[in-house]
Amino acid sequence: MASRPANPRTPPRFALVAIVFAGVLVIAAGVLLALALRETPRGAAGTALASAIGGQFQLIDQNGKPFSDANLKGKWHLIFFGYTHCPDACPTALNEMSLALDRLGIKRDEVGVVFITVDPERDTPDVLKSYVQSFDAPIVALTGSPEAVAQAAKAYRVFYAKHPRADGDYDMDHSAVIYVMNPEGRFTATFTPDSSADAIVQRLQKLIS
Amino acid sequence: MAQTAQVEIKDAWARATPGKAENGAAYLTIQSPVADRLVGVFSPVAKKAGLHTMTMEGSVMKMRPLGGVDLPANQPVALKPGGMHIMLEGLNEPLQAGKSFPLTLNLEKAGQKQVEVTVEKAGAAGPGGQAGTDMPMPAKR
Repeated sequence: MASRPANPRTPPRFALVAIVFAGVLVIAAGVLLALALRETPRGAAGTALASAIGGQFQLIDQNGKPFSDANLKGKWHLIFFGYTHCPDACPTALNEMSLALDRLGIKRDEVGVVFITVDPERDTPDVLKSYVQSFDAPIVALTGSPEAVAQAAKAYRVFYAKHPRADGDYDMDHSAVIYVMNPEGRFTATFTPDSSADAIVQRLQKLIS
Repeated sequence: MAQTAQVEIKDAWARATPGKAENGAAYLTIQSPVADRLVGVFSPVAKKAGLHTMTMEGSVMKMRPLGGVDLPANQPVALKPGGMHIMLEGLNEPLQAGKSFPLTLNLEKAGQKQVEVTVEKAGAAGPGGQAGTDMPMPAKR
């Protein structure tokens, strides 16, 4: 510190400036950290590694055509795992995603919705086709062999398990997270399945712009 | 709320089901003047109807059948999206918005009660067109 001893007030002033400067640094660091945390994707299992979500899969769509992770490139995607026998949360989530897409206006073509079944036993391409046709947005619905579905779920860190019921029927327990993948096919954000269309639109508009 | 001598069932509604979806869900609010228990449901629109609940454990969604739903005296109990619901399994035909269907509730003390369930559009968040949104209905059929 090159302070002039002639002026005894200078050192405190320097100290003051230093303190203010340090304070600004701390705040800036806090803001940066907050921003980083906000943008840090959290996976189904609470993982904070973007690279851990997403990966290779090889499924078929509702028209029986192959659909793999390569098909996710070039466009934003909302990805949701569920099953058509689910009466409550799955249709709600798909519906909100569909409405969100609608509200994106001219940007709606930049976002695709992908529904991946965790119940390939019952969700054949035909079943999926009639199911997703009821939603306004064009939804890609994917199924495949149990192994292929397991691979896709693993790539997305999605847990699912058959839960048998006393009547011989079964329900599926499954991770209910909506993943946002960017046009490079990288995991960017998540929504909870009860997110409103408005919340999804607001976030997507920020991400896409 | 004035005391009612009878079991009161309000806002019975269901969501239109997508495509040939085999299952649907119905919701309602029920209030009993005395402590009672809802132990079963029946509807001619589905092969099977039952009380179910959806819970989230972390990010994992689970559907479970319920043996019954306790109805404390004079307290409205709501079956609503994201929680308890009446699961309609093996629908004879899709639930279409604008239509309605009968539902019978079995109560331990009050016996059977019938209610008419209104089918709202698939995007509805509640009865009477309480849509979560103002967009047109997504169901095309």
